[in-house]
Amino acid sequence: MAELTISFTLNGERREVRTAAHQTLLALLRDELGAIEVKDGCGEGVCGTCTVLLDGEPVSACLLLAARAAGREVTTVRGLAPVGTLHPLQEAFVAHGAAQCGFCTPGMILTAYAFLRNHRRPARDDIRRAISGNLCRCTGYAKIVDAIEAAAAEAAPASPAAGRG
Amino acid sequence: MAKRPAAVLPAAALRVVGRPIPRHDARDKVQAATLYAADWQMPGMLHGAVLRSVYPSALIRRLDTSRAAALPGVAAVLTARDVPNNTLWTDVPGQTSAVGALRARIQVLADHVVRFQGEPIALVAAETPEAAQQALEAIEVEYEPQPGVFDPEAALHPGAAQVHEEGNLLARWHVERGDAAAALATADVVVEGTYRCQFIDHAYLEPEAGVAWIDADGVVTIRVATQVIEHFRDVADVLGVAHNRVRVIGTYVGGGFGGKEDVTVEVFLGLLASRTRRPVRMVWSRQESLLARPKRHPFLLRYKTGASRDGTLTAQSVELLADSGAYAFLSALVLMYATVTAAGPYRMPNASIDARVVYTNNPPTSAMRGFGAMQMVLGYESQMDRLARRLEMDPVAIRARNALRKGDRLPVGQELETHVAVAEAAARAWAALGPRRAPSAPHRRIGRGLACNIQSYGRIVWLHDWASAWVGFEMDGTVVVRTGVPDVGGGQASSLCQIAAEVLGVEPDGVAVHIGDSALTPLAGTTTATRQLYMSGNAVLQAAAGLRAQLLPVAAQMLETPADRVTLRDGGAADAAGRRAAWPAILRECARLGVPRSFLGVYHAPAGDPIDLDRGGGRIFPDYTFGAHAVEVEVDTETGAVTVVRHVACHDVGRAINPQSVEGQIQGGAVMGLGYGLMEEVLLDRGVNLSTNFAGYLIPTALDVPDVEALLIESGEGKGPYGARGIGEPPIGPPAAAIANAVEDAVGVRITELPITPERVARALGLLSAG
Repeated sequence: MAELTISFTLNGERREVRTAAHQTLLALLRDELGAIEVKDGCGEGVCGTCTVLLDGEPVSACLLLAARAAGREVTTVRGLAPVGTLHPLQEAFVAHGAAQCGFCTPGMILTAYAFLRNHRRPARDDIRRAISGNLCRCTGYAKIVDAIEAAAAEAAPASPAAGRG
Repeated sequence: MAKRPAAVLPAAALRVVGRPIPRHDARDKVQAATLYAADWQMPGMLHGAVLRSVYPSALIRRLDTSRAAALPGVAAVLTARDVPNNTLWTDVPGQTSAVGALRARIQVLADHVVRFQGEPIALVAAETPEAAQQALEAIEVEYEPQPGVFDPEAALHPGAAQVHEEGNLLARWHVERGDAAAALATADVVVEGTYRCQFIDHAYLEPEAGVAWIDADGVVTIRVATQVIEHFRDVADVLGVAHNRVRVIGTYVGGGFGGKEDVTVEVFLGLLASRTRRPVRMVWSRQESLLARPKRHPFLLRYKTGASRDGTLTAQSVELLADSGAYAFLSALVLMYATVTAAGPYRMPNASIDARVVYTNNPPTSAMRGFGAMQMVLGYESQMDRLARRLEMDPVAIRARNALRKGDRLPVGQELETHVAVAEAAARAWAALGPRRAPSAPHRRIGRGLACNIQSYGRIVWLHDWASAWVGFEMDGTVVVRTGVPDVGGGQASSLCQIAAEVLGVEPDGVAVHIGDSALTPLAGTTTATRQLYMSGNAVLQAAAGLRAQLLPVAAQMLETPADRVTLRDGGAADAAGRRAAWPAILRECARLGVPRSFLGVYHAPAGDPIDLDRGGGRIFPDYTFGAHAVEVEVDTETGAVTVVRHVACHDVGRAINPQSVEGQIQGGAVMGLGYGLMEEVLLDRGVNLSTNFAGYLIPTALDVPDVEALLIESGEGKGPYGARGIGEPPIGPPAAAIANAVEDAVGVRITELPITPERVARALGLLSAG
């Protein structure tokens, strides 16, 4: 089996690894690099549990060959805040009861994080559209939308003076 | 009846219970620090995999594992011959055994015959997941396909293929009250309906997984995602070892919903670890999970409902036929739950309920949230709506007229001993819909529907259910709770922290909770049957109250005041004058005096003798939770698409220990019910599963459902701690029926088969040709 060496950035840290050419990014992260914060829910790009950010954009790690990450930045949920601290979005998920079983949570938070960078005061429908690629079987989504909405409000106060674009 | 501990305070005085606080596990979960079953690794760990039948009904003529076993990196290949006791009994899992006649066999690994597609035939353990897959492919199986039976009605015909030797009828329950036939013959109005509901999958996001190893003293230790750590006994029985030589450690579970109630990977892991004497991990793929795990029972429901002209119900006649698939699992009990609730949450002087569940060569069916009771809602609530239409009555008024009340009896004879909130919930949910909205386009129609439900919480009373919990103080004044509760994401463990904190006068974050270890935590029973807050909540309450009673005299002595003048708060004890003793000092004094700093609480649920359903006997469940959902839908008259635009869910939760968790249960359950009503279905073609991936098996996304508004009624009359009722299962019941009722309100057609897809609605509207 063909192998190759790739280097990429994982949560701000440069990594160089040997990987089989057919290996997915999900398998590389979970099995080789111990990044078990990335969850495997379906392996076919439908459920969104394995979402990571690739150069800031959410992707399904199960559908991406590891080699495609070469030279790029991969961010998992552990890359959002220094160890032991929470990003405000994570704080909002805690405060609003947005995590029940927690299995969809890492992917859900990353999708929401990427979305909020480009949407300062999204409507609930826009939030729902943004997370529609991340399945949750526990919450019925309402508290997830609550959390994302609250995090957006905190990051972008309603005052018109506060905002640029 | 267990005595209510003295530490229970009126709601106004509660300090921690009733607060919507974040759960203790939430910070870990948002950082992905929670170690789920598949995240666990051990040194030298092997990877296990299962070979599954490709046919739904076949004989195995030849099974040759020699080539697979010889492959490099393969540590073990096991077939039925290698399993010491190749039978799992479909007992009710948990701490109580022996439901006698309900016992039925499931083969651990197929021995000569396979009865459903996906049935396990062989196990492998190998150095890598890839080597394990190669080994599976190298196992040679020669099948001789057999005729099967795939339709429950056909399964009862003479000459139908027999799934098991004992015949295809697995179980039958019958309830008679009054004379339903006579009452129907003389009723002013009779409404008849036949309804069908489908196979669905639990579709939790975490596929089944676990890791097993042989620990010190030869104890087979299995760390697994399960709702039932008591399956350690099943593993031991299959392995042929003593029960005290198997330990199950339950992980935080990535969703259960009944799908992790029967054994999943743990028996296979026990076999592979025992054979190889090495750690083994097994993680099922999504495809494997959808293919082979038990589903929700499809039911055929035939209803005849009689009423007088003023809308008073006089009779309910119900015939039920459910599909158990190829094995019994919990089918007989699911059918019993269906039978007990089939008449609905209404006063019913005459009822005749006849229920059967049969074997087929479809995938097995077993526990899923709602457990037989939820399927009935489509029947009795569609009937109520038809009756209301016939009599030109308001949907709330007809329900209020007939709603069960405290003191009424169910058709099985059980008297309802606590508050029954059916009428109140219906009125509140309906009113909360607010003004009717306008359609979003001229070819769309708005409609509203209401559905009430009854769902038991706690296990059947003759199972003599119990739960235990240990609560203790560490010397620094922090609190530890130990209990064998599996936390499946419903906030099970966190609510226990709140209860202990309430009683002991500490903050919830000062309580550490250790859960779900069959060797190290006092057993608490299964996280199923909406029983965990009820049962383990009462056990923790009892333990904490017992501990409090032990410590108060010590504190009183230190404060030189009577014990009844001492309050526990702010890190210690205080007397009426504000003199304080901090916990470390009190606990040191306890140590000096030899007063124990822990207490083991054991809660026994109200028990009763088995009843004969035929004759009606009385109590069958500890208690019930009642609720009502109201929905507003928009139906597209060109496509048949149904969109739920508003959903209000109201339940009497007794007391919300943590309102945030309760709302989460209600919203999540309601959305799962919407998926059941609108889109979910495991499609089968003569036993072959066509829904084995998430691209084909659709569950609701955030775009498919509205914000569900949860309305809590707190009657304070539940049998759980502080008057709480169970709320895990109840919210999944009403949505499908509420949608069916709303569709008729919108476009005048009655949909009787789930899911209510655009195609079914379009067909009913005459937009498609029949056939």
